[in-house]
Amino acid sequence: MTAVVDKPPVRKPSAWAAVPRPVWEEEPSRAGLAGKGLVLTLACLGILFPLWIVVVTSVSSRKTIDEAGGLVMVPKGITLVAYRELLSGGQVTRAAIISVLVTLVGTLFSMAVSVLCAYGLSRIGSLGHRWLLMLLLATMFFSAGLIPTYLLVQSLGLTDSYLALILPSAVSVFNILVLRGFFMGISQELIDSARIDGAGDFRILWQIVMPLSRAVLAVITLFYAVGYWSAWFNASLYLNDQNMMPLQNVMIQLVQKQEAPVGLGQAIKTGQLSGLAVQMAVMVMALLPVAVLSPFVQRHFKKGMLTGAIKG
Amino acid sequence: MSHSTVPRSRAEAHHPADRTPVASGGATGARQKAIKGRLSLRLRFRRDRVLLLMTLPAILLLLLFNYLPILGNIVAFQDYDPYVSDNGIVSMLHSPWVGLENFQRIFEDSAFWNAVQNTLVLFSLQLVLFFPIPIALALLINSVVRPRVRALSQAIMYLPHFFSWVLVIAVFQQLLGGAGVLSQLLRRHGYDGLDIMTDPSTFKFLVTAESIWKDAGWGIIVFLAALASVSPDLYEAAAMDGAGRWRRMWHVTLPALRPVIALLLVLRVGDALTVGFEQILLQRDAVGPGAAEVLDTFVWWNGVRNQDFGYAAAAGLIKGVVSLGLVLAANKIAHLMGEQGVYRK
Repeated sequence: MTAVVDKPPVRKPSAWAAVPRPVWEEEPSRAGLAGKGLVLTLACLGILFPLWIVVVTSVSSRKTIDEAGGLVMVPKGITLVAYRELLSGGQVTRAAIISVLVTLVGTLFSMAVSVLCAYGLSRIGSLGHRWLLMLLLATMFFSAGLIPTYLLVQSLGLTDSYLALILPSAVSVFNILVLRGFFMGISQELIDSARIDGAGDFRILWQIVMPLSRAVLAVITLFYAVGYWSAWFNASLYLNDQNMMPLQNVMIQLVQKQEAPVGLGQAIKTGQLSGLAVQMAVMVMALLPVAVLSPFVQRHFKKGMLTGAIKG
Repeated sequence: MSHSTVPRSRAEAHHPADRTPVASGGATGARQKAIKGRLSLRLRFRRDRVLLLMTLPAILLLLLFNYLPILGNIVAFQDYDPYVSDNGIVSMLHSPWVGLENFQRIFEDSAFWNAVQNTLVLFSLQLVLFFPIPIALALLINSVVRPRVRALSQAIMYLPHFFSWVLVIAVFQQLLGGAGVLSQLLRRHGYDGLDIMTDPSTFKFLVTAESIWKDAGWGIIVFLAALASVSPDLYEAAAMDGAGRWRRMWHVTLPALRPVIALLLVLRVGDALTVGFEQILLQRDAVGPGAAEVLDTFVWWNGVRNQDFGYAAAAGLIKGVVSLGLVLAANKIAHLMGEQGVYRK
C-alpha cells in the first residue's frame, strides 16, 4: 500500500448505485422509470429465456422431458448424460475437436497476418502506403461472387482440406482497419525513440505497439475466433468427407434436420437417452465458448470499434 | 541500420488531417509531395522495405481470394462445363463462349424475378422493422444511470451477435417450430400446434425477427458511442433555456446521432441486395424457394447444386454490379445531404 495523502478515505460508491443526476435535470416520473425498466427487462429476457430453455433441456433426464411434453422450462434434477454420451468419442466429439483446432489455428494465422499488415500501413508517409490502403478499401465495395470464388478455391486444390476453411476468409479488411486506426494513435515520438535506440520495425511492433494495444487486440481476436467458430458454409462447400465436418455443420444435421448422432441412434430409440436433450447439448456446446468469452472482451468493444473503423 | 536514421517525414505524421488516409488534396497534399520529393524512391524503399514486407501476406491473400476471382466472372459469358477437367481454370479455358446468352436466360427466368422480389421485400422489412430498434435501445440504455445495470444489459444484448446463424435458427426452432415452446403451449390449451419455421407466408417476418434477435443489440454500440460524445454542456444549456426531456432529445440528441444514422443507412442501402445469405440458405429447404429464394441463394442453387456455373455466375455478376452501383449512389446521396458517407470525396 502506498500512502495516500491527498485522498480522504471516501467509500467508493457501489457500481449498482445510480450516478447522481446533474442539478438541471428533472426527476424522472415514476411511470417513465417503470416503463424503461420493463422494456429493458423484456429485451434481456427475450434473449436469455430461449437460451435458458436450451440449457435446462440439455441437462434434463428423459423422464423430465417426457413429462414436460418437450422442452423443459423448470429444471427438475440435473443429469449430464447427454453430454457424457456426446463427448465419449464419436461424431460430435470429433466435430468439436475439429472446430476448436480450426478456430485456434485460423485465429492465430489471421491475427498474425492482420497485425503485421495493420502496422505496415500505420506509418503515414511510408512508401506505397496510400496505394496499398486503396487496395484494401476497394475490397469493401465489391465481392467477386460465390461462383468464381468457389471455382478458384477448387482450382487451388483446397477441396477436402482444412485450408479451405481458413485461407479464403483469413483476412478481414474491416479488422485490419480497426487495428491500424489503433496503431496510428500510438505516439510517433515513442516509436521514433525506439528506432533511435536501434529497434527494427518487427521489434517495435512486438515490444511497443502490441503491448500498448491489448484492448483492441483482444477485440479483434474475439472477432476472428467467433468467425471461425461460427463458420459452416465453406465447410459445406469445400468438404465432402462427413468425418471432417466441424461442429456447426454437425449441428445442422442433428438439430435442424433432426438426425440422430452416429452411434447414439439405438440409445435414443430404446429410450435410454433423450434425443431432444442430445440436440440441446450440441447447441450448448456451440454457444458456451462464445458466451463465456465475449463478456470479458465487452468493455473494450466501444474502443475497438471506434478507432479507425468508423472513420474509414 | 541505415534506414533507421531517415525519419518518415514527421511533419506529415503529426498533421492531424493526414491521419485519415483517404482524405487528401489541398495544401496538405502539396506539402506531402514536397516532402516526399526530397527522398528518392530507392531511399524510401530501403527505409520502408520492412513495412512493405509486413503488409505482404495480407495483400497476397487479398489479391488471391478477393481480386483474382473477379476474373473468374468470365464464366458468366460461357457455357461452362465443370466436367471438362478437375481444375476449374482448365475447364474455364475449354468452355465455349456464349456471349450474353446466360443473361438473356436469366431475364426470362421467373425464378430470378421471384428472387429479386423476395430480396427487395426482405430488405424493406429489415429497414423498417430492424433499423430503428438499435437507436431506441441505445437511447434507453444511455438513460440508465446505474453503471452495473448498464453493463449487464449491454452484455446480454451483445451476446447473440456472437452466435452462429446455425445456432440462432436452432434456437428459433425450439421457440417457434412444430415441437417448439409455442406449439407446446398451444397444444396444452387444446389448440393445434403451429410450425412457423416452415410457413412460407410468414417467412419474411421470421427472418426479420431472427435478425433483430441476433444483431439489434449489437447495433446499439455505434449509437452509444455517438451519444457519449455529446457534450453535457449542450444538455445543460438546453435545459436552462427551458427545454424539457423530449425537446432536449429532439434538438440535442437526435442531431448528434444524425451523422451515424446517415452513415449506417448508406451502408445498409448500399448492401440492399445482401439480405442474410447464410441465414436464409439454412432455412431455404424447410420453407421452399418460393418464399425463401433471394439473389444469393439463387446463385448458390443454380451454381453449387445444379452445376450450372455460367448461369449462376451471370446472376452473381448482375447482383455484384448493381450492388456496386448502389454503394456509390448511396454515398453520393449522403454527400449531397451534407453527410460523410463511407468514403470521403
